[in-house]
Amino acid sequence: MQIQPVLAALRRHRLATILIAMEIALACAVLCNACFLIASRIQMTHVDSGVDESFLATIKLTGYDEAKASDLNARVTSGLREIPGMQSVSVINEVPFGETAGNAGITLDSAGQKFAGVVDFYVAGPGNFEALGLQLISGRAPRADDFQPMKAFLPSSANVIVSRSLAEHLWPDTDPLGKEFWCGDFHFRVTGVVAHLARPSAGEGGPGTIEWSVFTPAQPGANLSGVYLLRADPAQLPRVLRDARAAIAKLAPDAVVEQQASQTIGDLRQVYFRQDRIMAGMLLGVIVALLLVTALGIVGLASFWVQQRRRQIGIRRAIGATRGDILRYFQTENFLIVTSGIALGMLLAYALNLLLMTQYELPRLPLYYLPAGALILWGLGQLAVLGPALRAAAVPPVVATWSG
Amino acid sequence: MFDYYLGLALRSLRRNKVLTALMIVTLGLGIGASITTLTVLRLLSGDPLPQKSARLFYAQVDPYTKDGYEAGKTKPQRLIAYTDAMNLLHAHQADRQVALALTDARIAPLRSGEHPFFSDGVMTTADFFTMFDAPFQYGGGWSAADDESRAQVVVISDFLNDKLFGGASSVGRIIRVNDHDLRIIGVLKKWAPQPRFYAQELGGRSYGDGDAVFLPLQTARAANMDPTNDDCWAVADITKLETAPCIWLGFWVELSSDAEVAAYTQFLSNYAQQQIALGRFYRPEVALSDLMQWLRNEKVVPDDVRLQAGLAFGFLLICVVNTVGLLLAKCLRRSQEIGVRRALGAMRREIFAQFMVEAGMVGLAGGLLGLVFAEFGLWCIRHQPAEYAGLAHLDVHMFLLTFLVALVSSLVAGLLPAWRASQLAPGSQLKAA
Repeated sequence: MQIQPVLAALRRHRLATILIAMEIALACAVLCNACFLIASRIQMTHVDSGVDESFLATIKLTGYDEAKASDLNARVTSGLREIPGMQSVSVINEVPFGETAGNAGITLDSAGQKFAGVVDFYVAGPGNFEALGLQLISGRAPRADDFQPMKAFLPSSANVIVSRSLAEHLWPDTDPLGKEFWCGDFHFRVTGVVAHLARPSAGEGGPGTIEWSVFTPAQPGANLSGVYLLRADPAQLPRVLRDARAAIAKLAPDAVVEQQASQTIGDLRQVYFRQDRIMAGMLLGVIVALLLVTALGIVGLASFWVQQRRRQIGIRRAIGATRGDILRYFQTENFLIVTSGIALGMLLAYALNLLLMTQYELPRLPLYYLPAGALILWGLGQLAVLGPALRAAAVPPVVATWSG
Repeated sequence: MFDYYLGLALRSLRRNKVLTALMIVTLGLGIGASITTLTVLRLLSGDPLPQKSARLFYAQVDPYTKDGYEAGKTKPQRLIAYTDAMNLLHAHQADRQVALALTDARIAPLRSGEHPFFSDGVMTTADFFTMFDAPFQYGGGWSAADDESRAQVVVISDFLNDKLFGGASSVGRIIRVNDHDLRIIGVLKKWAPQPRFYAQELGGRSYGDGDAVFLPLQTARAANMDPTNDDCWAVADITKLETAPCIWLGFWVELSSDAEVAAYTQFLSNYAQQQIALGRFYRPEVALSDLMQWLRNEKVVPDDVRLQAGLAFGFLLICVVNTVGLLLAKCLRRSQEIGVRRALGAMRREIFAQFMVEAGMVGLAGGLLGLVFAEFGLWCIRHQPAEYAGLAHLDVHMFLLTFLVALVSSLVAGLLPAWRASQLAPGSQLKAA
């Protein structure tokens, strides 16, 4: 196929050509960035919490008398354990994807000078480490004597287990076991490292800090009460949770069950990422509408061109061009226009990304989105032009002899 | 003449139904998406108290230490400490002043056998209701003296009054909040400013229902009610927030002139300097933002909503470019007709006008379709789990704006094709025919 005659013809339809190219360029810019936004949203929802989500549920109580917290813990844990199918009930301060309870800044020295970031403390009574199903990669699981009494919101000194991500942040390239850190007067020593443990509000403080969690063993009591972790077989979990909520009314008539916080971890996760999924869905809708409109525009203009050139097509056919030649002519024409649109569109996509970066704290657009977007638009262009091009190829040579 | 153009446009649009439908659908989609997102954006960035917002100001002073402080760069904290709130309140340097925090109020049932429930509460001071124009259905607010004497009183919302008392006047009745008996002295009419400007940064939601109970700050604290949000700059006993190194209150003032604003800013600065001299403060920065500025500072409109609006307008732009292309195709196809009209004496501007009328008609039809799409889009948004979902409705302004956007975009789209059409020389077209 010769490109020269196609270019010559396009030069006579400069305005329409420029319009299609512009539409493609705009579509390319929006397409690349919208795809990138969708990908980052979806990636966010795939965070690994590090716990056996499908086995776990939580109950949160409020409104009870703090002075009777130990009594409440005893009543609730022993009462809920009676429920058939319940594997374990333990007292904890927070659960993944639930409400944050233990955010605090830590330092690597007792004087509080070397600030090391804001981390999340899971303060957990006996049984939680096993119930959560945390995967230990070095050190040891908490022992019975690790569970120290609470002083305010943490034990005053504790042997703790950190996530690998936090260990690498605090002590890069060194063995974290035995290392110490402080939070005000509270002192901690690392005795174990787990593969993953996401903080309740994943993503807080930037995507890199999602797993900055500390598992802190402690004795349930006045400052550690009201939130319970239930473990049961996934098939029985919804029923067990329902029974547990019903049982609370008898076990603790003085307390109020926080309905929204008392869910299976799977449901909490669903709710937590709902907005992200909706946004990803909306972006997908925009992309589909965008491609549809662009395709319709190409169909409209290409049809017009075919109709306008019926005589020329007839003449070409009459002097020996095959149907394939005509078909390829329109396909080449479309390819050239779309290519020029894509060239401009890549620049626009990059500019739009820069704008989004200043407005919404987005990362830079990875370069491979550009060729991917180009491929989609080339495909779309060819698909859209196929109908009109086939109609052009079907123009019989005899048209050449008609006048006007 | 206009009638004639209308007739011509109608005939031309009818002659090529597919192309016309394409243009209308394209434009309708773009307009529908833009109006939907614009409605939400306008709703979320609206003025909660249009009659008064220019006179309401949010005051900030900063009790934090030198840790992490960079002179001139660090903005003052968003909340203030109890000591400062009381000092500013008692200084009476503004027309009115209010300190407030949000709380969860545990309300005991009136009938035995029912469960206690939690409601959103506001712990505040006497001027709250007059300052924020909260209207009363029955009774009224409390006085500054009640604040100081920790009077056991409470103001409740219309919906709590409906729930507990079936809507009848409950003034004088007693409700039990956090195990303390409080006497109801006022019932509000429906009051839920959007955004919930006074709840901003206090740990509450930014949109949605109003609060259920309003209590004097010191009364609520005496009943062990905790603020929803607090931040401490040192290890603190958060059961004694009045003296702890913690910030947990918002502070609003009403000022009626620029001179008063300048004077109050000066007063805040002097206050910070005085506290530095006393050794309580380290940072001299203060801030006084009017209500709308405060909402902008705190980015009350979610990023996602702004992003959606931006996307929708990008989409509308593509739809307009698309319509330009299709209109161009249509008008070039009618070269002969234009040639004939020109030869019969039509002026260039008459041809131009004819094509603009045609573009405008496409626009109006696109606007109508866009309205349908927008209603559908808003229906979808109302079924989202967002806190503002229930508020997303098309009002008269947006209804009119839809047609304005439709008309403007179609006329902009029509400019180029109409100009091209008017530039055609009559002779060449006649010859070809």
